[in-house]
Amino acid sequence: MAERKKTVACLVLVVLLIAVPPFLSSYWVGLLTQMTIFAILAMSLDILLGYTGLPSLGHAGFFGVAAYTVAILSTVHHASFWTCVVSGIVVGTLLSAALGLVVSHVRDVYFLMITLALGMVLWGLSYRWIPVTGGDNGIAGIPRLEAHAGLPVTGPIPLYYVTLLVFIACTVVLALLVSSPFGFSLRGIRENESRMKSLGFNTWLHCYLSYVIAGAFASVAGVAWAYYNGFVGPTYLDLTASSEVFLMVTLGGPGTLIGPALGAGAIVLLKNVISAYTHRWLLILGTVYIVTILAAPQGLWNLARSRRRA
Amino acid sequence: MKKSRRFLVAFTLFVAAATLAASQTGAQRAAQEPIKIGFIAPLSGPYAQNGRDILNGLLLYLEQVGYRAGGRSIELLVEDDEAIPAVGLTKARKLVERDKVHVMAGALLSSTGYALAPYIDSMRIPMVYPVVSADDLTQRRRSQWIVRTGYSGSQPNHAFGEYAARSLKLRRVATIALDYAFGWESVGGFQRTFEAEGGTIAQKIWCPVSVHDFAPYLAQVSRDVDAVYALFLGRAALQFMRQYREFGLKQRVLLIGAGTTTDEHVLPFMGDEALGVITALHYSAALDTPANKTFVAAYRARHKKVPSYYSESMYTGAIWLVAAIELARGRVEDSATLLDALRRVKAVDPPRGPVELDDYGNPIENVYIRKVERVNGELQNTVIATFPNVSQFWKYNPAEYLKQPLYSR
Repeated sequence: MAERKKTVACLVLVVLLIAVPPFLSSYWVGLLTQMTIFAILAMSLDILLGYTGLPSLGHAGFFGVAAYTVAILSTVHHASFWTCVVSGIVVGTLLSAALGLVVSHVRDVYFLMITLALGMVLWGLSYRWIPVTGGDNGIAGIPRLEAHAGLPVTGPIPLYYVTLLVFIACTVVLALLVSSPFGFSLRGIRENESRMKSLGFNTWLHCYLSYVIAGAFASVAGVAWAYYNGFVGPTYLDLTASSEVFLMVTLGGPGTLIGPALGAGAIVLLKNVISAYTHRWLLILGTVYIVTILAAPQGLWNLARSRRRA
Repeated sequence: MKKSRRFLVAFTLFVAAATLAASQTGAQRAAQEPIKIGFIAPLSGPYAQNGRDILNGLLLYLEQVGYRAGGRSIELLVEDDEAIPAVGLTKARKLVERDKVHVMAGALLSSTGYALAPYIDSMRIPMVYPVVSADDLTQRRRSQWIVRTGYSGSQPNHAFGEYAARSLKLRRVATIALDYAFGWESVGGFQRTFEAEGGTIAQKIWCPVSVHDFAPYLAQVSRDVDAVYALFLGRAALQFMRQYREFGLKQRVLLIGAGTTTDEHVLPFMGDEALGVITALHYSAALDTPANKTFVAAYRARHKKVPSYYSESMYTGAIWLVAAIELARGRVEDSATLLDALRRVKAVDPPRGPVELDDYGNPIENVYIRKVERVNGELQNTVIATFPNVSQFWKYNPAEYLKQPLYSR
């Protein structure tokens, strides 16, 4: 019964996301696009943080590297649309595969520290490798998605539907992943790694794959972001960006996929809507975090779920 | 049950958002509705003081003209970009797409300037950049819809390099600057003309933008230089000046630098350590002209402090904007006409002296060599030399100049 309600709720949400935007102004369509992109990013981190129990503070790095790849290829090398998209995802994934070899050996606070350090290295690279990244100035002038892909339409609506489609595809793939045996072994590692080990699971490989998968989906979000924003700069892969994604996941509820997606939506909305009314909006955002941590340490989505059980 | 309630909340939110958006798109602007000016600057974070100064300059001029131009009233919408380009872009989207502003003004950092440019171009909204000094905005990466009324980073430093070699008779100089585009372009401009006059840049020291302690950098300063060229702003400038003296360098080596190092946004907070420092910029609050004296007096009366170059930049930007609106007879809905008017504006008498746009959209203006002195108990940037009508290309041929790469580390 509950399962059916859940499916219906998701379906209605999807229908709303499909049906409403044509009636909204371009500003709100832009915000919705931003929300879906960050939802993908937050869900990708949820695989790592929520399901495997590995707290990464460098996750924005893959997002940023993918965005930079698209930016460099499209502006300097005038590459075609598909080259940009594929390279963005491939470069981000390969990078996570390489860094994963280093980080997947450690756990807990050491994992936090190493991912933080690697995130800073990526940020430093974007800031200092001036001939390639433009340094502090970033790279502007990424073509609009519809122009680059040769679509016969213009405006913010096509980009929105493309990101929505990508978002739905990512959600389906990730949902299948976490409900697969692989997903259950990830949860097992989160709960008790040594027991999983004694049961004969190769926990290192599981953690490594989880890191690479998270990196791959973060790259997808990065590619979408490059096209949405038209500009990339070092601020997209710094510590603030990484911790913001971290907060989206913890706010929404780690280990639920849908929670982090809603958390991403909520934070994007708070940032943009509240800041339009008051310059003290950071104070409000901070209060929201504190209240969440105190009242719902498992995140908003988990709060609703545990109450229902009771 | 709970599930359906949560769902109801989500649905209500959506409907609310939809109605809100619809009411905004539906509102058609009548001819006599106010002219909406969108303003963006960092009003929080490390550059908040500079951003505040920019806003103060705008407020002062709009008050002086009674928030009216071209027979219509003016409505000002202020947004904070937190000195983060991504936030600036989001705020620009909000101002343009949701608030439907007719014209934009503001931005402080080069990175924000570059981030906004393609968006502004794609939305075809004229924008005035009063402060953003990134060279390439009016050189290799020109933007059609942006009018710069400030300066380009290397512009005053071209003049200063020549002055340092010819008048100050310096031969070997060490530079110490913030490690970002503004620092690279300023130092690069100085180096080019200084070395063309036979000088040598003995060493270049770069400090991260978030620098807190200058000891490791000051310890590197070579013993045999005639002068140290410094580029800092805000808190870093204050800290640098103090430590420069504590290191015993002040008595030994002349300190020169970019205009922001002793700009009036930090000068009132400095002490004797700043005395005698020579810098170059297109403005000084101590400039002895009637236009500037009127401006400084009005600014002091309104904001209870001395105007910095940031304030003057936006004040002049506002003069420019209002003059353009007058020229377009208030028809701001026609962006092309307004942009054309912005490019044609001439008859203005800004505090900094004569300003005129070149063919590339950068101001041709005076560059002042300033020396910090104490007058009536207050530190000021006394003008000791003037280079009239300096172009962003200095004395070089623009076409030749643009073939060379942008100044970098």
